[in-house]
Amino acid sequence: METDNGARVVKRARTELVPKHEREKQRRARESQRDYGRGRKVNVKGIKDKKLRSNLKALEHKYKEATLKAKDAEILLENTSGFLEPEHELERTYRTRQDEIQQNVSVETAKKRFELKLDQLGPYVFDYSRNGRELLIGGRKGHVASFDWRSGKLNCELQLNETVRDVRWLHNNQYFAVAQRKHVYIYDSQGVELHSLRKHQDVTHLEFMPYHFLLVTLGLTGFIKWQDTSTGQIVSEIATKLGAPVSLAQNPYNGISHVGHNNGTVTLWSPNCSSAEGPLVKLLAHRGPTRALSVDRSGHYMVSGGADNKMAVWDIRMFREVQSYFTHQPASSISISDRDVTAVGWGTSTTMWQGLFSKHATDQKKVQSPYMTWGGEGKRIERVKWCAFEDVLGIGSDEGFSSIIIPGAGEPNFDALEVNPFETAKQRQETEVKTLLNKLPPDMIALDPNFVGNLDLRSEKQRQDEKDLDVKPVDVETEIRNKARGKNSALRRYLRKQRSKNVIDEKRLKVDEIWNEQQQQRNEKHKEKQVELGPALARFAKKE
Amino acid sequence: MKIKALSRSASAYQPPGSEVPKAPRNLDPAIHPFERAREYKRALNAVKLERMFAQPFIAQLGRGHVDGVYSLAKDPNSLDRFASGAGDGVVKVWNLTSREEVWKTTAAENTVKGMAWTKDQKLLTVSADKNAKLFDPYNTPSDSAPINTWLGGHALSSISMHRSKNAFAVSSDCISVYDLDRYTAAPEVLRWPKSGETITSVAFNQSETSVLGSTCTDRSITLFDLRTSAALSRTFLDFYCNKLAWNPVEPMNFAVCSEDHNSYMFDMRRMDRALNVFKDHVAAVMDVSFSPTGTELVTASWDRTVRLWDRDQGHSRDVCTYTEVFCCFRPRHGPGNGSRNRKIPALRMRVFATEYTPDSKTVISASDDGNVRLWRAHASNREGVKSARHRQALEYNEALSARYSHMPEIRRIKRHRHIPKVVKKAGEIKKDELKAIKKREENERKHTKKQFEKRKSEREKVVLAREK
Repeated sequence: METDNGARVVKRARTELVPKHEREKQRRARESQRDYGRGRKVNVKGIKDKKLRSNLKALEHKYKEATLKAKDAEILLENTSGFLEPEHELERTYRTRQDEIQQNVSVETAKKRFELKLDQLGPYVFDYSRNGRELLIGGRKGHVASFDWRSGKLNCELQLNETVRDVRWLHNNQYFAVAQRKHVYIYDSQGVELHSLRKHQDVTHLEFMPYHFLLVTLGLTGFIKWQDTSTGQIVSEIATKLGAPVSLAQNPYNGISHVGHNNGTVTLWSPNCSSAEGPLVKLLAHRGPTRALSVDRSGHYMVSGGADNKMAVWDIRMFREVQSYFTHQPASSISISDRDVTAVGWGTSTTMWQGLFSKHATDQKKVQSPYMTWGGEGKRIERVKWCAFEDVLGIGSDEGFSSIIIPGAGEPNFDALEVNPFETAKQRQETEVKTLLNKLPPDMIALDPNFVGNLDLRSEKQRQDEKDLDVKPVDVETEIRNKARGKNSALRRYLRKQRSKNVIDEKRLKVDEIWNEQQQQRNEKHKEKQVELGPALARFAKKE
Repeated sequence: MKIKALSRSASAYQPPGSEVPKAPRNLDPAIHPFERAREYKRALNAVKLERMFAQPFIAQLGRGHVDGVYSLAKDPNSLDRFASGAGDGVVKVWNLTSREEVWKTTAAENTVKGMAWTKDQKLLTVSADKNAKLFDPYNTPSDSAPINTWLGGHALSSISMHRSKNAFAVSSDCISVYDLDRYTAAPEVLRWPKSGETITSVAFNQSETSVLGSTCTDRSITLFDLRTSAALSRTFLDFYCNKLAWNPVEPMNFAVCSEDHNSYMFDMRRMDRALNVFKDHVAAVMDVSFSPTGTELVTASWDRTVRLWDRDQGHSRDVCTYTEVFCCFRPRHGPGNGSRNRKIPALRMRVFATEYTPDSKTVISASDDGNVRLWRAHASNREGVKSARHRQALEYNEALSARYSHMPEIRRIKRHRHIPKVVKKAGEIKKDELKAIKKREENERKHTKKQFEKRKSEREKVVLAREK
């Protein structure tokens, strides 16, 4: 933009010269706020109460200091993430084969690539424990085994002589749940059956919420059930009323269960929903069954795969599709890693995508080629899943289990007080007690998990109104007229909008009153005009 | 192709020769989901723990008195000496560490109304038999005669020591200031002109040392200045006050406890309104005392409770009652009368005096069942050396419960106290009655010309009239 004297108008003008160290400081503050900030600042300048203002000011200062310190603490992080970088423009990352990677990484890491040939009892589903140490596999024909996959040490192996539809670790490596032909069973690490959960029938999908100690089951009957694994009570059971569901994913950010249905919809459920009220959110993702779902760990994006050969990336803050991709065959399983690498298993292949979505970008660009690919060897992929804190992707197929190395997929730095891959038995026990003490009640599950601790502002206003007895009640009429002061058409538009509301209250009645009054005035004016123009021309009188 | 994949060795997290595994942290918010909910849950646990460990009662001192205890005095030069005066004129001096009586004497024919320690650690007592007496509990055996006796004109009601001069003030219908260096000298008399009402309490300001505050049965609070030997001002409240105490840290502020169940804090420079109104007792408040830090108060009441307050809060922080107190009974009926520990009904224990100990960690109360009791100022605190981890955990818990103190569940648990049924019932009745009064006033306001008057705040309402 230019002014008439030729000077350019700069949007954010730098009016005073900012020294370099000051600019550096500002940049650091901005970055730390982006990475570690917890929402917007409170504007303390508008607060009249002195005590409140100084308290809030102190708090804001504390929050700012905390973000800066958290940013500074980044130098203490021990590891950097893995990567796969082409050295010249002709190289493509997706052409890199597993044996090339194995040759180029350390011996210890190369061992993480292995194959389990189990072609008799498949196809196999599997689950990594929360800290990524243990692996639990379950063959469709009743073969269940759990082992420390790095050392190859077997913990237990079972032949259940029953269909196994899903397996899932509970809060640590001591218990796991298996969805069998009729019911769900819980076993301990030695493979001893502890519980049979008879209320869960024909379960096809299992999920576990470690902070709430809830086992989520989804069955052929279309019922989604939450069972508290610490007390044994069923917290909630809800009929989805959309037939047998085809996929289930958990949002790790807020604990909401995403269910994919045969008609292409995805419904979002929390234990606080009810069958009558329906899901929290229902969105149409695909034309055809939604076969696979996955949500990223920050809870911002969902990737869904449907029978219509489409893979769609959803922004689940706005419930809007940001990008869609084509898969050659319908995706059978999708998984998003900690560093947002998305693995899609379709047919006999698996494709890994990087940068499908980025938290910091305003609009998500379409990625032109995948990050890596694997398969095409005739193994039908049943499930793909990332191992926590490792650059390892597990793939369950009808011919067994494969573990492949995908550099740059895993979170390099773990927090030992959250989930510790190197925990000792003592630490595991202590963590179990601590997490049980801090177990979250199921009614804290909501789309926005940070609603906890917020003030109920409405009741606060009511309280204030009760306190101040001298305050005059708001006159609805003046309020309405003030809304569109001086502009007659604006008032009319406002009234029209208000009249379309279906709630009859005092305000609405007043709106009607004003509207009728205006209508009458208009009619009168019209008649006057008609009279003015005379009987012959009366029909040309313009009605406002 | 440049390739790097993650590789960690287990030995890096368990350094050789060390038993402690490494615990690396990562503060990325994405790997700490539900942080708000989890923090809230921890706050809830912290508040519950705090309540679980809350045991306000520590002990009773020795075997108490034979008659009710009506006055207490702490020795400002010692951390562990306390004196208590009973209704039968007996004065006992206690050692707080051993919780035993170290000295006793009969100081009066009837109630000991007040006591004070001199700078050289002698004890002054005043009683309703018009006498003020000086004892030396540190250097003389029990039951020794007083060093000196002053005879006043009327029954004496209270006493206060001057901060720097060797002088003390006693109150009857006037305030008489005696000089301890000249036993025989006539006292300097201070009184409001033409006022002959009984002065219930007198207290020297500890910083502005010549200023005296006093409360009187004509419902007034009177301030005197010793330099001009004249009264400064007089402020009338609705009811008369039982006691006046100066804040040791903010010397311009003082608190009075009133017969109308409330205590008030005033700024002596601005007596047109109270600085704070402390409302929670359900009967007359008998005594008030500041903590040595000046941020907390303790009040004793006729309703059998001792309440602890923050200086800037309107309601009590904690309450000490006798519901679960086992009383060490004096052997009135001779030996062999079963166990000495018996639960006694809460009915007889009206609290007449209370005092913070100089470390501000405990509170002493004196009641008319003859017992002197020791309470924790913070009910869940425990003495003794704590490990750094323990201390850190306690601090963290405290911060958590403060952060979420606005949440209904946490507030409910934090506020919950088990108090005697009578006191609770009285509180409920009082609440209803106050509500009714308020409603009546509002109705009146609605339909009379009072509606054109400006509303007065509760703190302004306290002051009925002022005289200078």
